[in-house]
Amino acid sequence: MSTTNHGDYFIPEPSKWPLVGTIALTTTVIGAVNTIHSMNEGGSMSILLPIGLLLIAYLFFGWFGAVIDESMGGKYNQQVDRSFRIGMLWFIFSEVMFFAAFFGALFYARVFALSWLGGGGNNEMTGELLWPGFEAVWPILTNPDNAVFTGPEKAMGAMGLPAINTAILLLSSVTVTIAHHGLRQNHRKPLIIWLAITVALGAVFLTLQVVEYVHAYRDMGLTMDSGIYGSTFFLLTGFHGAHVTLGTTMLLVMLIRAIKGHFTADNHFAFEAVAWYWHFVDVVWLGLFIFVYWL
Amino acid sequence: MSAVIEEHHDHHDHKPTGIGRWLFSTNHKDIGTMYLWFSFIMFFVGGSMALVIRAELFQPGLQLVEPEFFNQMTTLHGLIMVFGVIMPAFVGLANWMVPMMIGAPDMALPRMNNWSFWLLPGAFGLLIASLIMSLMGMGSAPNFGWTFYAPLSTKYGPASTDFFIFSVHMMGISSIMGAINIIATIMNMRAPGMTYMKMPIFVWTWFITAYLLIAVMPVLAGAVTMMLTDRNFGTSFFDAAGGGDPVMFQHIFWFFGHPEVYIMILPSFGIISEIVPTFARKKIFGYSSMVYATASIAFLSFIVWAHHMFTTGMPVAGELFFMYATMLIAIPTGVKVFNWVSTMWKGSMTFETPMLFAIAFIFLFTIGGFTGLMLCIAPADFQYHDTYFVVAHFHYVLVTGAAFGIMAGVYYWIPKWTGNMYDETLGKWHFWLTTISANVLFFPMHFVGLAGMPRRIPDYSIQFAEFNAMATVGAFVFGFTQLIFLYNVIKTARGRTGVKATDQVWEGSHGLEWTLPSPAPFHSFTTPPQVK
Repeated sequence: MSTTNHGDYFIPEPSKWPLVGTIALTTTVIGAVNTIHSMNEGGSMSILLPIGLLLIAYLFFGWFGAVIDESMGGKYNQQVDRSFRIGMLWFIFSEVMFFAAFFGALFYARVFALSWLGGGGNNEMTGELLWPGFEAVWPILTNPDNAVFTGPEKAMGAMGLPAINTAILLLSSVTVTIAHHGLRQNHRKPLIIWLAITVALGAVFLTLQVVEYVHAYRDMGLTMDSGIYGSTFFLLTGFHGAHVTLGTTMLLVMLIRAIKGHFTADNHFAFEAVAWYWHFVDVVWLGLFIFVYWL
Repeated sequence: MSAVIEEHHDHHDHKPTGIGRWLFSTNHKDIGTMYLWFSFIMFFVGGSMALVIRAELFQPGLQLVEPEFFNQMTTLHGLIMVFGVIMPAFVGLANWMVPMMIGAPDMALPRMNNWSFWLLPGAFGLLIASLIMSLMGMGSAPNFGWTFYAPLSTKYGPASTDFFIFSVHMMGISSIMGAINIIATIMNMRAPGMTYMKMPIFVWTWFITAYLLIAVMPVLAGAVTMMLTDRNFGTSFFDAAGGGDPVMFQHIFWFFGHPEVYIMILPSFGIISEIVPTFARKKIFGYSSMVYATASIAFLSFIVWAHHMFTTGMPVAGELFFMYATMLIAIPTGVKVFNWVSTMWKGSMTFETPMLFAIAFIFLFTIGGFTGLMLCIAPADFQYHDTYFVVAHFHYVLVTGAAFGIMAGVYYWIPKWTGNMYDETLGKWHFWLTTISANVLFFPMHFVGLAGMPRRIPDYSIQFAEFNAMATVGAFVFGFTQLIFLYNVIKTARGRTGVKATDQVWEGSHGLEWTLPSPAPFHSFTTPPQVK
């Protein structure tokens, strides 16, 4: 073995957090299933669910706290930084593929299933015998069996709230980039101000989503039960909303850390990772706006 | 909380002690060992379920178990063998070998590595708990086959299906984190001079496998999430009454499922590509074509999924596309088989246990590949679909393919892991009994399948009796033979074989992992080696 020109390797000491993570996740999912089963029979929430969620919160505080301490303690070298970057990048790719499953379901339902249910292709008898009277138009307002799954009264338009939300998210991608430029020049004031604006935009987006959901449920009859249109609508926008919630939370943590002065012009990967994530939820939203709301 | 590993070698064996060493580990070897033992235990759990299935099928008629329980056995056998045996064994081997092969001290993200492992006992705990509840008469374990097609799993699935769904979520998180870790390790931790095209083939195959995992495990997570909401929250993804389509489930599932079966074979290709050159005492024939073939197989795996669904119904253009695309896979796979054989050509060969398993792999995996070609011909598949011919096909590629690769790898590397040679006599007994019994077990399934015996049914028509009896005998010999393997591994690990391994272990072995002492030090390379 020759001498090194690579610098020292960093290997973390044994850590309890992976085990805490396993216990937290297992407790949460058992709690979640028990809750679902009990609620299906009119019961209440399982105590394991909040315990599991609290454990997950403890995990995040503890594990990320340990990593922040190590990073601030100067223990990380460039190699560790690269590993984190690669890790975050491919994590985001895995998230892209998660959304791809739901977009795939949307496209399959719209392009294939819809037409076949209405008797398209060589499925004339499907429409004729199984679902007589079903009209293959998207969005589906009358489902093949409208007694089991009652369709919505009308579809969610693209203009109005969704268009405003698109503008908000696009704007927030700009503001987070301005904040990053401030950080790179060690200008803390613009960093904090623009980051705070980004968090606020995220919060406004989420509020408007809630308004939209309330409107859908109360005024439009558009629910999770209203057939494949409602299913794809709520799962796609719902998972996107969950990711925006997570992203806003992470931005908020970055804001707190920026106020505490954790970041320097050349050591702020946590901020960059969150910014990447934020751009990712932005891009997913564009897909949603085009294919769920608009076309 | 942490320490920078100094360049001094005296830090090497500061092992943590007690149970904490395993629970809190950040060491790629310890985590690899846990993965391998987890896989081994699950191999016996899933194997005993297979024996229940084979015992019931020993003769026509219903004798041992209820059909309902038989369904639970086929389901859990499949799930456990896929997610609990083959995949964890590969990750365990990657954990042990990838850092050593590329000249790294450990995996890139050691804490996440440990989380990837410990999620598995949680996930399989949930799954097996549902079986225990079923045995105690409280509900049913998942009973819809490992492919959990809707509506069997949505409208008609037992209550435990919801536990199964979250269990799959946890396995998915584990696999995705493991894959990210392997990618970060390979991209970022290679020793100076270890360029991509100098990496051992095992590292290459795992690199590509990791991308497959990141691309498809999230799709599986999406599929089970849609199941969950269909079951509990009123959505209609897989219900035509609401404008959804149960066939859509199959498309989403197999978009995951086909890359998944390559996830379960590519690392074995890598292992065989390490072993054959060592015992032929030649360099691998066609290194770069091996890499490109692996990448081609991975790419093709994304555009062939509907060959699992020829009889489900799809436009003829779709049947044709998926048929021809599937046939294309034979080309890169043929390149690999050709290269292994050419590596042996005029080599100075010896036949230790790893090499025996590797050669058996080449023969028997190729049989599985050929039956795959038969199955990919859409009009012929209408006859084969859902028969024992399919069962024979995928057991040839998964047992005598993937599992043989893993066994070959264990025999090949265990001297490096433990510092002791395994018992060669026992190894040979294990090999011959396994190979013969596997063929007694799986070969007759081709015949009964072609003659029309359906899979996943606890009873069968009388004319299939002899071949089924034969298969059951093979199954029990196969199952109990694995105890020899277990005994040999324990004997080697405890140093009772009496033969110490040298650093190089095998006369013909090349590569960084063989420059380390046997047993390998706790942190593999604390100073990066220079690769020329």
